[in-house]
Amino acid sequence: MNVQQKATLQKLGPFLALLVLATGLAITSPDFLTVGNLLNVFRQVSINALIAFGMTLVILLGGIDLSVGSILALSSVLTALMLSHGIDPVVATSVGVLAGAGMGMLNGLVISKGKVAPFIATLGMMTILRGRSLGLSDGRPISGLHSDFFAMLGGGYVAGLIPVPVIIMLVMFAVFWFVLKKTVFGRHVYAVGGNEEAARLSGINTDRIKIWVYTLSGAMAATAGMILTSRLSSAQPTAGTGYELDAIAAVVLGGTSLTGGRGWIFGTLVGALLIGILNNGLNLLGVSSFYQQVIKGVVILLAVLLDRANKK
Amino acid sequence: MLIKMSGISKAFGPVKVLENVEFSLERGQVHALMGENGAGKSTLMKILCGVHQADQGQIAVDGKTVKIHSTNDTEQYGIAIIHQELNLIPQLSVMENMFLGREPQRFGVINSIKMREQCLEYLQLLGIENLDPDIEAGQLSIGQQQMVEIAKALSLNAQTLIMDEPTAALSERETEKLFAIIADLKSRGVGIVYVSHRMEEIFKVCDKISVLRDGQFVGEREIVKTNFDEIVRMMVGREIGDRFPVRNAQLGEIRLKVSDLADASISGINFEVRAGEVLGIAGLMGAGRSEILKTIFGINRKLAGRIELDGQALNCNQPSDAIAAGIGFVTEDRKNQGLVLGMSVRENATLANLSAHASYGVIHHARQMQVVQREIDRMHIRTRDAELEVQSLSGGNQQKVVFAKWLGIAPKVLLLDEPTRGVDVGGKAEIYQIINELAQSGVAIVMVSSELPEVLALSDRILVMHQGRQAGIFSQASAETIMTAATGGLK
Repeated sequence: MNVQQKATLQKLGPFLALLVLATGLAITSPDFLTVGNLLNVFRQVSINALIAFGMTLVILLGGIDLSVGSILALSSVLTALMLSHGIDPVVATSVGVLAGAGMGMLNGLVISKGKVAPFIATLGMMTILRGRSLGLSDGRPISGLHSDFFAMLGGGYVAGLIPVPVIIMLVMFAVFWFVLKKTVFGRHVYAVGGNEEAARLSGINTDRIKIWVYTLSGAMAATAGMILTSRLSSAQPTAGTGYELDAIAAVVLGGTSLTGGRGWIFGTLVGALLIGILNNGLNLLGVSSFYQQVIKGVVILLAVLLDRANKK
Repeated sequence: MLIKMSGISKAFGPVKVLENVEFSLERGQVHALMGENGAGKSTLMKILCGVHQADQGQIAVDGKTVKIHSTNDTEQYGIAIIHQELNLIPQLSVMENMFLGREPQRFGVINSIKMREQCLEYLQLLGIENLDPDIEAGQLSIGQQQMVEIAKALSLNAQTLIMDEPTAALSERETEKLFAIIADLKSRGVGIVYVSHRMEEIFKVCDKISVLRDGQFVGEREIVKTNFDEIVRMMVGREIGDRFPVRNAQLGEIRLKVSDLADASISGINFEVRAGEVLGIAGLMGAGRSEILKTIFGINRKLAGRIELDGQALNCNQPSDAIAAGIGFVTEDRKNQGLVLGMSVRENATLANLSAHASYGVIHHARQMQVVQREIDRMHIRTRDAELEVQSLSGGNQQKVVFAKWLGIAPKVLLLDEPTRGVDVGGKAEIYQIINELAQSGVAIVMVSSELPEVLALSDRILVMHQGRQAGIFSQASAETIMTAATGGLK
């Protein structure tokens, strides 16, 4: 086995883990390998996956975005308020996503122009935005979103079978894969994450790259927020709490390095599926929700430890 | 015999890096270890330091066979290494660095008075007692940091010192100081392994030379019984022609004109470079050589003066402005500033002009590959595959990738800062050839180098810096003239 084959195998590690887990569940639980259950898992995964796609870019830059959960909540509250005031659902949804992008852009500006560490900048933003969504909604869920279009985002099916959120997830996956692999912007993300100084001295506008990446992360969080709000038929000001950690876990499980410059979007999709299937499987097997958390944590640690051992 | 390594073999996977290598060091001896990059010098030294373990062979210290399992063992055997990249913690003081992990203490509290005393003792030993033990290591020049590392090694009672390219970042004066210290250490019976590419130095300070080639031990020579040519032959295994290619560039119009340039640490810089010309910049470390390049390229803020490119005023606030105007900059620190080490040769070679290989932001992989392959062929970049990570290449080949990156923008002016640092003899000759060809094709080149022979052989004219100011520009100059000007002896 030559070096490149070994590297490829290593990259596929998370995928193999996913296959093993799925096979194990298929054997132990008769309910797991049914079309209904699998589509259900995919739909549950889609929200985390969408946030994690944006987070992948952030982590490729060597950054972190803790504010995604709050962005999700505030953009959901904004859209829900617009809907309850009878604003056109397409407009309301678009404005919600754009608002999320704007919040992300603010992160990017503070981090690049203000030279604030991403952890601190997004931690501050997380608190501010959570406060705003609680303030705007008076701390209460906003319901009464009477719109077929909006209900379709989270609850609709394409061809009567595939949930709309799954379609959105797969389309965004393709877009992110293409952007990271084939575009100048995508390669510049890797370059800035790999060696910011060398990238800057090669004429790359590193600030602009950072601002765009955090903007995208915000937009993805808001998109996930639209789906969540649609599914629940109401916007919760406390929605998305802790989602940043699930997204980071998916990215890291997928093999993207927290130090930046290394990673891929396929890994993130697999990472999100791993977490989703683990949740689903543990539910099917009737494991108590307290133990579910313990097991999830152990799996994450094991995956990263294995990755470490492999690289040595 | 202080150190005797015999029959050392080491393989990383299927790749044999060392095969049956011998090396020995006596007390009071300075023993040069030479060989091209990739010859196995570093691996051999890493085995001696416990970073790697040999697959076969024996190591004896003071005649006793020992097993060095980890870097922790080396202290016990009196072996210390002074790395090329210095290992001091910049935020800690000189004395804290020196006694890191073994601070003198009383009831668990650090005894600073005692620590300072002991620190001064060792600094005195090296004749650098004017260094303040309380100053942060990060504030020191690279030369001073190196002295602190040596003092630290002595405080650990090291009998064997391994110096890896010790003069790479030193000024001429600091180098002299280092050589005096080496002589002093010799007289105390310390054995020194001296790893370097700089032939002149080795003939000055070493007693013996051992040469490695492709992981094999080629031979050992007494310094007094050998010469430059023989060692180069042993290293490359073939005759290499002239060290420096013949220059025959035709000078054209003035490309770059700099008048009264100043930044925070330099001022009053005036020069012009014509198409096809190589302007060398010489001077001591810290004299402001690199600052000239950084100010032109828009890294340092220009405080005064005028820069003209092809007769047009040029104001670069950031590197991208300079690049857009047709200026490339081969930086001195390849690993931190020149390359994204985890990216492929292909991506590094097109980093400065990726957009030129794309339409609507989407990269044309085939077109990009074609250009990169052409550069790989033209510059003889030795890589199995353009998709390999650039960090797997040798120093010389990495540097050629940096050149490829800048050739991609079809530069009018190329700024070079220490273009052959950490590059082996064969690689140097190739880089000189590249510089020459670039000049011939009409590029104006400004080159900073600490290697005087290199500056003398490659430059059409030489600008000498002294303490942030220009000491003069010379068309015909000997090494002596330049050193005099650089040390402020010319007014």
